[in-house]
Amino acid sequence: MMAAGAGLLSGRGVGFYRRKRLRFFAGSVGSLSRQGSVRTNGSDAVYDVVVSGGGMVGAAMAAALGHDVHLSDKRILLLEAGPKKSFNRLSTDYSNRVSAITPGSATLLSSFGAWEHICNMRIKPFRRMQVWDACSEAMIMFDNDNLEDMGYIVENDVIMSALTKQLDAVSDRVEVLYRSRAVGYTWPLHYQTSDSSPWVQIDLADGRRLQTKLLIGADGQNSMIRKAAGIQNIRYQYDQSAVVATLHLSEATDNNVAWQRFLPSGPIALLPLSDTASSLVWSTSHEHAAQLQSMDEENFVDLVNSAFWSNANHSDFIDTAASMFRSAVSLLMPSGTTARQLPPSVAKVDPKSRAVFPLGLGHATEYVQYRVALIGDAAHRVHPLAGQGVNMGFGDISCLTNYLSAAAFKGKDLGSLSHLLQYERERQRHNLSLLAATDLLKRLYSTNMAPFVLLRTWGLQATNAVPPVKEQIMAFASK
Amino acid sequence: MEGWARSSLRGARRLWAPRTHVARSRTVCRRPLNLWALSGNHNSQLHQIFQESFCMNVQLNYGVLVNLPKVRNKMSLPGQPYSTWQTVDPEEMKKFRLLAHKWWDEYGEYAALHSMNDIRVPFIRDTILNMKNDHQLGSPLFSMKILDVGCGGGLLTEPLGRLGASVTGIDPLEENIWTAEQHKSFDPVLTKRIQYRTCTLEDIVEEESEKFDIVVASEVVEHVADVEKLIRCFGEVLKPAGSLFITTINKTQLSYVFGIMVAERLLGIVPPGTHDWEKFIAPEELERLLESNGFSVKAVKGMLYNPLFGSWSWIGSTSINYALHAMKASMQEQLDLKEASTEHQQAEANFRTAS
Repeated sequence: MMAAGAGLLSGRGVGFYRRKRLRFFAGSVGSLSRQGSVRTNGSDAVYDVVVSGGGMVGAAMAAALGHDVHLSDKRILLLEAGPKKSFNRLSTDYSNRVSAITPGSATLLSSFGAWEHICNMRIKPFRRMQVWDACSEAMIMFDNDNLEDMGYIVENDVIMSALTKQLDAVSDRVEVLYRSRAVGYTWPLHYQTSDSSPWVQIDLADGRRLQTKLLIGADGQNSMIRKAAGIQNIRYQYDQSAVVATLHLSEATDNNVAWQRFLPSGPIALLPLSDTASSLVWSTSHEHAAQLQSMDEENFVDLVNSAFWSNANHSDFIDTAASMFRSAVSLLMPSGTTARQLPPSVAKVDPKSRAVFPLGLGHATEYVQYRVALIGDAAHRVHPLAGQGVNMGFGDISCLTNYLSAAAFKGKDLGSLSHLLQYERERQRHNLSLLAATDLLKRLYSTNMAPFVLLRTWGLQATNAVPPVKEQIMAFASK
Repeated sequence: MEGWARSSLRGARRLWAPRTHVARSRTVCRRPLNLWALSGNHNSQLHQIFQESFCMNVQLNYGVLVNLPKVRNKMSLPGQPYSTWQTVDPEEMKKFRLLAHKWWDEYGEYAALHSMNDIRVPFIRDTILNMKNDHQLGSPLFSMKILDVGCGGGLLTEPLGRLGASVTGIDPLEENIWTAEQHKSFDPVLTKRIQYRTCTLEDIVEEESEKFDIVVASEVVEHVADVEKLIRCFGEVLKPAGSLFITTINKTQLSYVFGIMVAERLLGIVPPGTHDWEKFIAPEELERLLESNGFSVKAVKGMLYNPLFGSWSWIGSTSINYALHAMKASMQEQLDLKEASTEHQQAEANFRTAS
């Protein structure tokens, strides 16, 4: 990861523009034959922005652009391969796909009115987060003194429903094309010629051809736009899969804590959905995940409970070292440590709520090119242990919307590389550090070798004892 | 065109030859790219070799080669129609004819003009917004009629059009107007809002008398033979109380050092010979000319180009580049002025008869 990280970070210096342009040069040579003599007449649809991919990130991008005042006379289009889903009635069962939404993402969603819909549907705020180690007593407790919400657990369907409503609200500005699939992209040459279009051309499966000044790729981790634009993607498949499920607790509690325990096989997290229900995200080896998915419900519930409660992985040596460290800390700062709380016990699992998906890491070396920008999973994919995946995507949206709005207010061409590069710089700095931190944590906690366990035990205890550090971490993770 | 530009990109942007060039010499062109990357940016010899050996077909297409003095000297202007125009200097026209096709390369010859939009467009926009009570969201310059004098390839014309204004761009050079027309022709919105004309300001003074809310002359004044004549034309085409925006270069030692020595000769960012220091004009002089021709100057702001980041910012000092906003006298003010001058004449006459 370190080597990969260095590779990702390099090349942002002085020679950067040149490199970018050189590559464009090469690209344009290749595309000359495709360009042919397509001289479009003015009657073709020319959009200002086309967002490809109508998932949570793509739909939020389109809605954010559609609600921006400075973009209010722009033509915006959202392309979605699937049909329009109707979210008329909220199902009484909780969906197994949930997201931990940070206050930063909530701010973005409320900036265009989607948050209100979410709050009116179903949402569970959490005030604390407890993370602890299966191999020692070490734990860290994040909480806000002023009882503000640390984050919110929201079902993805609820978010989608709110976004669809807000897209409908600006249907005069944002067109949504459901069941549309792009089969080819033609990139513009970087300089002007008299007979080729300066816009990105999108060929749809139904034979239609669209043109846009800016194409935003929100088409997920296997982004077709990223591939077609020739943007390199550094990817790594983890030896883990995530098991998700909806769980019911033995008894009603306040249930306002997000729990995560690092087992040697991977982290297991219990996220509150209501006073009696929680959502499970258990990252573990592929084989174990398959077993967990297929075993009967009773066994599954037992395994979940013991994953949170069992001390089987403790060793005397580490326990002694940890308790010595803790005594030392409490000598120095008598009020600095908080007591470990115990997670609620699980009574049963929602039938058919168990699902498995593989985990990996990915990062696009570039987020932008002339008239193209990548957002969300198309640009970065992360381990779910920090609950950052969709939040990084929402962060991309808020950043890109700001730059596009400012560019429009200056009368700039929205596809111009100058502000797209600013977006890329800002977001890569943030996303790469989160990506690297998440990957490091994943690796650090994937072992039960004593030196590493000791290191992380002391590290976690020390971090827990120093409020300013914790505050920094919280501030960064809640962006 | 202005005194500064981006240096670090020079090597790269040279590579942006027109498409015909790319098509004909695909394989050959790869090598000079690397050559450039390795050799640094300021090796003019290499540059010349590159130009001569790889761009012959460009020469065929455009009839001219940029930055090669011998070719430039051989060039002659067909018909020489410009020599009769007072607001246009034929020597100046020669310079820009050579660069016409380079306008829209954001990191090319005119990189500094592209990035100047980041401050000059907001300057115009905010000045206008401050004077208007209402504006249409997304189109702050909606319903404004703007004349962009010396529009070149349309670098400033297009942003103003995107902000909702209906803009007329004029330039005496056919190549510039052709480039500008081509560039906007793909954009259905701009096609409606912008029209370009190959002409001088003098040509349209009569037919466009008092037609425009705003006149913009960005980086134009320093290329003009008779500035006072130009200013009088601005006054003609502006509606009463209309706004005039000018950006140009001061006539100081500093502007000579940075505008010509550094930008043209040392860093070679701006094509050599773009500027003639003798034509630069000090803000005080420009203000004097404006005030004596029925304008009141509202703001003069200094501009600074940072060649490292390729960005512009506002500064207090107007010693190199500066921007100016002036307003033509309103109907009432014009009347007052007239009255004042007739009173003055009458007083003078009375005085004469008395004596």
